[in-house]
Amino acid sequence: MGYVAVKGGQEAIAQSNLGLAYARVRSGRVLAVEDILAGMRPLVDQVMSESSLYDEELAALAIKQAGGSMEEAVFLMRAHRSTLSRLYYTTATSTKEMFVERRISASFKDIPGGQLLGIAHDFTQRFLDFDLLTETEDEAIRKAAAYEEQSANTEVPLMDLRRLPKVVDYLEEQGLFETAPFDDSEPDDITKRSIQFPTSRSQRLQSLTRGQTGAVTSLGYAEIRGYGVANHPNIGELRVGQLPLHVADPRRAEDEEDAYYIGSVTVTEVESFIPIDVADESGKTKMSFSIGYGLTFGQNETKAIAMSILDYSLEHPAENHPTSDEEFVLLHVDSVESTGFISHLKLPHYVTFQSLLDGIRKIKGGTE
Amino acid sequence: MTKESPVLSLRGMNKQFGEGCSRCIEKPENLEKNYCPNCGTVYACRDISFDLYKGEIIGIVGESGSGKSTLMRSLYFDSEVTDGEYLLADYKDGQENVFGSSLQQQKWIRNMLLGMVYQNPLLGLRMEFSSIANIAEKMIAANHRNVEAMFSRGHELLDKVNIPTFRSSEAPKNFSGGMQQRVQIAKALSNNPPVLLLDEVTTGLDLSVQADVLDLIKTIQRELQISMIVVSHDLAVIRMLSDRTIVMYNGEIIEEGLTDQVLEDPQHAYTQQLVYSLL
Amino acid sequence: MNYQGNYAFLDENSKMEIRRTILKAVAIPGYQVPFASREMPIARGWGTGGLQVSLSLIGEDDVLKVIDQGSDESVNAVNIKKMIADTTGVATTIHTGEATLIQSRHRIPEVPLTEDQILVLQVPLPEPLRAVEPSERKTKAMHAYGEYSVSWLHLFEQIVRYGKTAMHSDYPVIVNRRYLMAPSPIPRFDNPKLNHNDGLVLFGAGREKKIYAVPPYTEVVSIDFEDHPFEVESFAGAACRLTGLTDVFLDELVDEATGETYYLTNDQSYLLETLNAKQETAAGGIRHD
Repeated sequence: MGYVAVKGGQEAIAQSNLGLAYARVRSGRVLAVEDILAGMRPLVDQVMSESSLYDEELAALAIKQAGGSMEEAVFLMRAHRSTLSRLYYTTATSTKEMFVERRISASFKDIPGGQLLGIAHDFTQRFLDFDLLTETEDEAIRKAAAYEEQSANTEVPLMDLRRLPKVVDYLEEQGLFETAPFDDSEPDDITKRSIQFPTSRSQRLQSLTRGQTGAVTSLGYAEIRGYGVANHPNIGELRVGQLPLHVADPRRAEDEEDAYYIGSVTVTEVESFIPIDVADESGKTKMSFSIGYGLTFGQNETKAIAMSILDYSLEHPAENHPTSDEEFVLLHVDSVESTGFISHLKLPHYVTFQSLLDGIRKIKGGTE
Repeated sequence: MTKESPVLSLRGMNKQFGEGCSRCIEKPENLEKNYCPNCGTVYACRDISFDLYKGEIIGIVGESGSGKSTLMRSLYFDSEVTDGEYLLADYKDGQENVFGSSLQQQKWIRNMLLGMVYQNPLLGLRMEFSSIANIAEKMIAANHRNVEAMFSRGHELLDKVNIPTFRSSEAPKNFSGGMQQRVQIAKALSNNPPVLLLDEVTTGLDLSVQADVLDLIKTIQRELQISMIVVSHDLAVIRMLSDRTIVMYNGEIIEEGLTDQVLEDPQHAYTQQLVYSLL
Repeated sequence: MNYQGNYAFLDENSKMEIRRTILKAVAIPGYQVPFASREMPIARGWGTGGLQVSLSLIGEDDVLKVIDQGSDESVNAVNIKKMIADTTGVATTIHTGEATLIQSRHRIPEVPLTEDQILVLQVPLPEPLRAVEPSERKTKAMHAYGEYSVSWLHLFEQIVRYGKTAMHSDYPVIVNRRYLMAPSPIPRFDNPKLNHNDGLVLFGAGREKKIYAVPPYTEVVSIDFEDHPFEVESFAGAACRLTGLTDVFLDELVDEATGETYYLTNDQSYLLETLNAKQETAAGGIRHD
C-alpha cells in the first residue's frame, strides 16, 4: 500500500471557515448594512480612513463581514482596493471650499466666520444610558421628529458655511505666520511607489492619514507628553465637513473651470500652530508659527489632531526623539502591516525552531 | 618618503557652522570671539595648519570653544570641513588631499591609517560586545578572517594595555572609566596605524587613573614609535606627553613650538595665563 | 467560491510593475529592489510578497506547488495554493519534479531545481543587517558601500560567547561576491542549495516591499571565518525512520507510546516519493499518491 499525503490541513481550514460563517449567523439575527450606516457612523469613518478608500456602503459591508473586527474590516477594504483600477486623480482641492458642518479653534475665542460646535461627543456626559437596551424603532422615529420640529422653530444666526475663511489666513495677514512658498509639484503616491528614506512630505502625510487610529494617536500622545518637540501645540482650526471633488476633463486637463464634479467626501482637517524659530534675511533669529497638518476621510478628529502633531514633528525633527524618527513613525502605523506581521507569529515555525534546537544542542555539547 | 617629511600634514583647514553673512565673511575683525553676532555663524576652526612627524607627539591645548575638538573630529572624518588640505604620508604618498577623497577611501584611511580614542568611550566602543570583539572590529573591517589570529592579536593588545585576559570576553559597559579608555587604546592600535588621535582621553578620570593611562600612552609611544596628536584642555597632560605644543584660542592657532619652550617662555597673553595657572 | 476577478487576482498593470521589479532583481543578484507591494486577500506577514511574485509570473501552462515548513499540507500552504488555483485554474502538484513554479515558506525542496523551474521564497525580514542596524536609511548606505564587516563582527561575538557561531536559520550569504543577502528563514541546511543552482530563486517580502533574486549559476557563500567554517545542522547522524535517508533535513518527533525521539524527512513530498519508489522496487507494486 502506498503512502498518501495527509489531507488534514485542507479539511481543517474548510471546517474553520464554516465555523466562522456559522458564528456570524448563529443567533438568527441579521445586522443590516443600513443599520451600521445609521447607528455606527464613527466606525464607518474609521474604516474608510484606515483603508484609504472612501465608500460608506463598502465600509459598512466590510464591518458586517468582519463581524465588527476593525483589523479584519480594514484588511477587507484594502484588499478590495488592490483590485480597483486607478483611472483618475482629482484636481487639487482647497479645504476652503468645504461645506462646513463643524468648525472650532482652540487658539482664538472669536474667529472670522465664527465657531460652529456642530456634532461631536466632546461635551456629552459619559453615563451609560440603560434606556437604550430597550429602544424601539417607534421611539427612534418619535425622537427624530421631535428634534426636527424643535430645530425648525429655533432662530440661528446666518453663516455661509461654504465659504468660511481659514484661521491661518488671519495669522498670515498679521505677519505672524511664515507663508510657505506655493508648491504645485506632483505629490508622490505611496500606493504606486513604496516610500524611500528620506521621505517627502506627501509620502509622510499619506502614511499618517491611512495609519491605524490607535497607533497614530499613541505616537501623537507621546510627542506632546514629552517624547517630542511639540510640547503644547495649539489647534488653530479643526473643521469637519463635505469637500467637493472634481476630476479634470482628460481632453482639456488644464482647464480647471471645466472639471467635472464627482461628489463630496466627508473629511476632518486640523491645522495646529506650533511656535518655531526662523532666521530672517539678515540672519537674525525670530519666533514665528509653523503648521502641523492633519487630514482624514470621515470624522476622525483624534486621529487628525495626532496626525497634525506628528506631521510637525517629522517636518522639524529633533535628535533623540522617537517621534522625530521618520522610520520609527511611518513604518509602524499601518494597520494591515502591523497586525499582519504580529499575527504571522501564529504560523508554523517548526523548521526554524528545529534549527535553533540543533544550534543550542551543539553549543551545549561543545561546552560539556 | 624621507625622514624629514611629515606623517600628517594639515593646511588651511577651516570649519564653520552657519552660512555666514555680509558682515562676517572674510571680515574676521567683525567677529566676537569666534562667532558673528549678526548671523550667529560660528567659525570653529580658522586656517589651521601644522605638521606631524614620525614618532612625535603633538599636544593641542585650549579651553572649550577653542576648536580643538572640532579639529579632532575633522581629522577622523566624524565631521566635514568647510575647506582645507589634509595629507597623509601613507595615503597616495601624501600627494592627495584626504578631505576630497571618496567615502570609501575615507573609511579605509580611518581603519588602516588612523586610530582614535574618544573622551566618551560610548563613541569609540560597542558596549554590548565583548572587549575582544571591539578590538577585532577594526581587524575584521581590514578583511581578517581568522578568529584565532584575531584572538591572539587581541590578547596581545589587551596585555599591552594591562587588561587581564580573563576580562577579554566581558563587555566594556561593566568596566571602570580607566579600563574603558584602555580598551579604546587597544582597539585603536589593532591595525598598527601610523597615527593615533587622542581626544581628552583622561578628562573625567580619577587622578591616579589618569596617571596610569598617561603612563601607558607614553610607553606605547616609545615601544611602537607611533605618531600621536593629543588634545587636552589640561596643560599638565600636554606637558607630560607632548614633544611639541600647539595652543588654540577662538578657533585659531595662537602659539606653537617645543613644549619646553612654550612652557618656559609663553608669548601670547592667553598662553601666559594658561602657563601661570599651571604652577 | 465564485471568483470573478482578473486572472491571478492582480490587475495587469500591477503584474507588469512586479515583473519589472523581478527583472531588475535578477540583473543585480542579491540586491533588494523596492516595489509598491499591494494588499492581498491574505494577511501581511503570511506570504503576500511571495504571493505577488507568483501571481505576476504564473500562466496557464504552469504547474504549481506550494509548501510551508516542507509540507504541502501545512495550513498556510494549502490556503495560498487554493487562492492561486481559485484565481487561475492552474494545475497543482505535490511533486517537486512536476512543478514549474514552487512557492515555499522556510524550506528549499530536497529535489534539486532544474533550469525550467522557479522557486519563490516567502521573506519576513529581507534586511540581513537589521539585527545590527534598525534604520533602513543606514542599511541602504551599508549595502551601497559593501560595508558588511559588522555581520562578521556578530559572528565573532557569538564565537566569543559560545565557542561557536549561533545563527540558526536565515543565515546571511554573500551573493555573486557583492551583496549580503538574507536567504529567508530556511535552515542553514538549505543555504548550500542556493549556490550555483540550475533554477531561478526569487524572494518576496510583501510587508517590507522588497523583491530580490538569486539567478541560476550564481555563487552564493554563507559568511564564516577560515577557522570556523560554515556548518549545517547535523542531527547527530540520525536517519529518517521511514526511509532511512540521512542527507535530508529532518523533523524531530516524539513517539507518544514509547517516549522515544525519532526523525522523519521534513520534505513531505520527497518522503512520499522515496517510500513509493522503495515499494515499487521491493514489491513491483503500483505507485499511490
